[in-house]
Amino acid sequence: MQWDIVIGLEIHVQLATKTKIFSGSSTAYGAEPNTQANAVDLAMPGTLPVPNEQAFRYAVMFGLAVNAEIERRSVFERKNYFYPDLPKGYQTTQLERPIVGPGYVDIDLPNGESKRVRIHHAHLEEDAGKSLHEDFHGMTGVDLNRAGTPLIEVVTEPDMNNADEAVAFAKKLHSIVTSLGICDGDMSQGSMRFDVNISLKPKGSDTLGTRTETKNLNSFRFMEQAIAHEVERQMDILEDGGKIVQETRLYNGDRDESRSMRTKEEANDYRYFPCPDLLPVEIDDSFIEEARNSLPELPDARKARFKDQYGLNDYDAGLLSGDSKLAAFFEEAASQGKDAKLVANWIQGEFSARLNAEEKSVADSPITGAQLGDLVVRIADNTISSAGAKKVFEALWTGENDSVDAIIDAKGLKQVSDTGALEAMVDEVLAGMPDQVAQYQNEEDPKKRKKMLGGFMGPLMKASKGQGNPKLFNEILVRKLGG
Amino acid sequence: MHSKSVAELSRDLESRKVSSVELTQEFLDRIKREDSKYNSFITVTEEQALADARMADEQRAAGNATAWTGVPFAHKDIFCTNGVRTTCGSKMLENFVPPYDATVTANFRQAGAVCLGKTNMDEFAMGSSNENSYFGAVTNPWGLSEGSKRVPGGSSGGSAAAVAARLTPAATATDTGGSIRQPAALCGVTGLKPTYGRVSRYGMIAFASSLDQGGTMARTAEDNALMLNVMAGFDPKDSTSIDREVPDYTATLNEPLKGLKIGLPKEYFSDQLSPAMEQQVRNAIKEYEKQGATVKEVSLPNAKLAIAAYYVIAPAEASANLSRFDGVRYGYRCEDPKDLMDLYTRSRAEGFGEEVKRRILVGTYALSAGYFDAYYLKAQKVRRLIQQDFINAFKEVDVLMSPTTPSPAFIQGEKTSDPVTMYLEDVFTIAINLAGVPAMSVPAGFVDGLPVGLQIIGDYFSEARLLNAAHQFQQVTDWHQREPQ
Repeated sequence: MQWDIVIGLEIHVQLATKTKIFSGSSTAYGAEPNTQANAVDLAMPGTLPVPNEQAFRYAVMFGLAVNAEIERRSVFERKNYFYPDLPKGYQTTQLERPIVGPGYVDIDLPNGESKRVRIHHAHLEEDAGKSLHEDFHGMTGVDLNRAGTPLIEVVTEPDMNNADEAVAFAKKLHSIVTSLGICDGDMSQGSMRFDVNISLKPKGSDTLGTRTETKNLNSFRFMEQAIAHEVERQMDILEDGGKIVQETRLYNGDRDESRSMRTKEEANDYRYFPCPDLLPVEIDDSFIEEARNSLPELPDARKARFKDQYGLNDYDAGLLSGDSKLAAFFEEAASQGKDAKLVANWIQGEFSARLNAEEKSVADSPITGAQLGDLVVRIADNTISSAGAKKVFEALWTGENDSVDAIIDAKGLKQVSDTGALEAMVDEVLAGMPDQVAQYQNEEDPKKRKKMLGGFMGPLMKASKGQGNPKLFNEILVRKLGG
Repeated sequence: MHSKSVAELSRDLESRKVSSVELTQEFLDRIKREDSKYNSFITVTEEQALADARMADEQRAAGNATAWTGVPFAHKDIFCTNGVRTTCGSKMLENFVPPYDATVTANFRQAGAVCLGKTNMDEFAMGSSNENSYFGAVTNPWGLSEGSKRVPGGSSGGSAAAVAARLTPAATATDTGGSIRQPAALCGVTGLKPTYGRVSRYGMIAFASSLDQGGTMARTAEDNALMLNVMAGFDPKDSTSIDREVPDYTATLNEPLKGLKIGLPKEYFSDQLSPAMEQQVRNAIKEYEKQGATVKEVSLPNAKLAIAAYYVIAPAEASANLSRFDGVRYGYRCEDPKDLMDLYTRSRAEGFGEEVKRRILVGTYALSAGYFDAYYLKAQKVRRLIQQDFINAFKEVDVLMSPTTPSPAFIQGEKTSDPVTMYLEDVFTIAINLAGVPAMSVPAGFVDGLPVGLQIIGDYFSEARLLNAAHQFQQVTDWHQREPQ
């Protein structure tokens, strides 16, 4: 049987505010456990929440960036359940009146087409703390540093039909929130976490099947794997005549396994009700207009500009504009010279390969965009060969020296491009190789002649101590040997 | 000295008739000697009080004193006090020492007042008789001479009994459904529940957040005004506190009452009220007419729904507010929990008293899927109707007057077996909390030797007018000066 896959996403985005959504504690990641939790975060008796204006600004910016309506009257509710990393015994979140209403995001698919994914809504809420089960034998440690970190939870319509689309959407959302500067986008630290709702239905059917929710995926790769895994699991059940149980599942990316966390019947009754400690927040036009005016360039606009301003093709422009840090790196490099295409090639080649090999992000790169730009300038103006450029790149990366020109000088990588000097070298080498010259000149087959040309290059590079411009040598040779 | 008002003590301190250390010592001695009869204090902070008194005397000597510098008072044990155990009347917090001050606590500290200790209360402010305290019931100083142990009312029963017994000239209190006014009435003292949002709730342990309001208790209206001067004001730590100018509440106490328009809600003079009580209240209202006030009957048509709405909304909020007492971070934890669920269920089953558990159950039920609309949403609609009743009434009159309670202080144990009878104690006070308007209870006579309270209700932020009306009444009556034997 043929099946249609239906996917909807819920994405938790940690907002990059300095302090928590309802308290003045720092949100910085990685501090000693429980050092960033004050009396409010610990839910000490009598303490009260005070909303963080910046979290609202960020949520509004997000709403504007995904073409959504902004709810003018934003209400917080209590979602009640007991868990040790939830100090108040309820999570303060939004239900009936989320701050961001319906919107949409357009995604580019691998086949070159574009697709619109609708956003159902996005709401503001507080993150819980962390329960640490591994470090304490037979016990659970609780770290409340994260408790109260502001989140927006973005909920999509079930508009995606395969893992590629879901991943493309997730990457686009990552690109939007990092471009806005409202999230640091560091998935390894949990700054973005994905829940995937998946159901299958017979191909062409209008009726949605029973869905499952796979929770807390924190990388694009795990998300892709988890979708493949869950689709296969559901397909196996349905093709054996079974029924899908509506449930929440956990996916273990290291083992490519999933297990049921709780079924619908076991789900909590969260007993939502409006939080009486927080009055409804009224958002006025001027607040929205200020947020609109503070919006930076968004990925779609940046991509169009990269094509226009730098003459990049669609693929390069899409790739370089998606990540705001990478885009900034590219622009810094490209501004040094005129050959943006060559900059793009270097970023996608040597630079990306090196980052991947060392598991670094653009932000951790030891070389700056300006340095890469300088390097590309020296390639373009024939000062160095591509082999020499790789040596310069290496020296920049390892921090041997931070100036491209200084490295070229120190390593003697400068090409000799003085045609007079090069011609003299060619004459001298050819004079010493009369047999090969004759052989070349007697050869009719242009392919073989081209190959034989290479036989002269070795001695020429040796004669120039490796500094002769190979392109010029080639031209002179062809001319002297009589094409 | 112990029978003097805050205003008088403040003047005596200013004229060096007495030092704060002497005064503080006198009250501490009285508490030590007398409080075994009343059990009005949970914690007495003798050392801290004397140290604060010495500092206050130094401040007076240095010439930088407020009206409160060196004046002793007490806090209801619901207000968090930095470094001093704060129990909220519960086993759950028997050993809880907050590392922070409530805003109200900090304000009194700032003003130089000397806190004698923390007063007894119904557990988590849930009760109308102060019989729900883990630290034992409080006994009303009135009626003791006849050999009957009567309740002081609740939940601020410790504050009311301590003020009535002259163990402290003043005490803070809180009022969610009548918890200031009802004990003030039953103990013959003057109490004020301000407009919701007038006094910060930060550090005041929550029962029902949308109804809780900190307030004042003392023997005179003037002392209530002095207290409110310290307590009222916007607090950036409480999003529900209101940013509005705070007047000097003592400045308008002596305004004449001529032309004051008094409304008598007919629903509050119903058959629930005993004829003897009604007589006392009507006599009090006559005093106002003598001073030139006019009286007319008004109606609060939805008032009869107040108790039903309250006992949905308050428990619903409480059920969530009390979830933080889970045995994980602070407070009572059961012995040897075998797993997480055991830790939760036993800590809460053993740490909370019966009435608290009853209200958590009721509130949880009211918020549950399938019941939410019928209970919680319906109650919120009723609440809006009740608010509108008050708004309409205050288009016609300046203040409303009624009895504070349907009957005077009852005998301990009389109503403990039937929670609903107990809930009816607040029949005249509860609607005020739902509406969020301010109200006072002022001593207005006696029935069978037991105090009767006159309730004066005002429009939003009309505390100054209420205090003025109460003060003028106290200029021509002496009910508030009567001392239990």
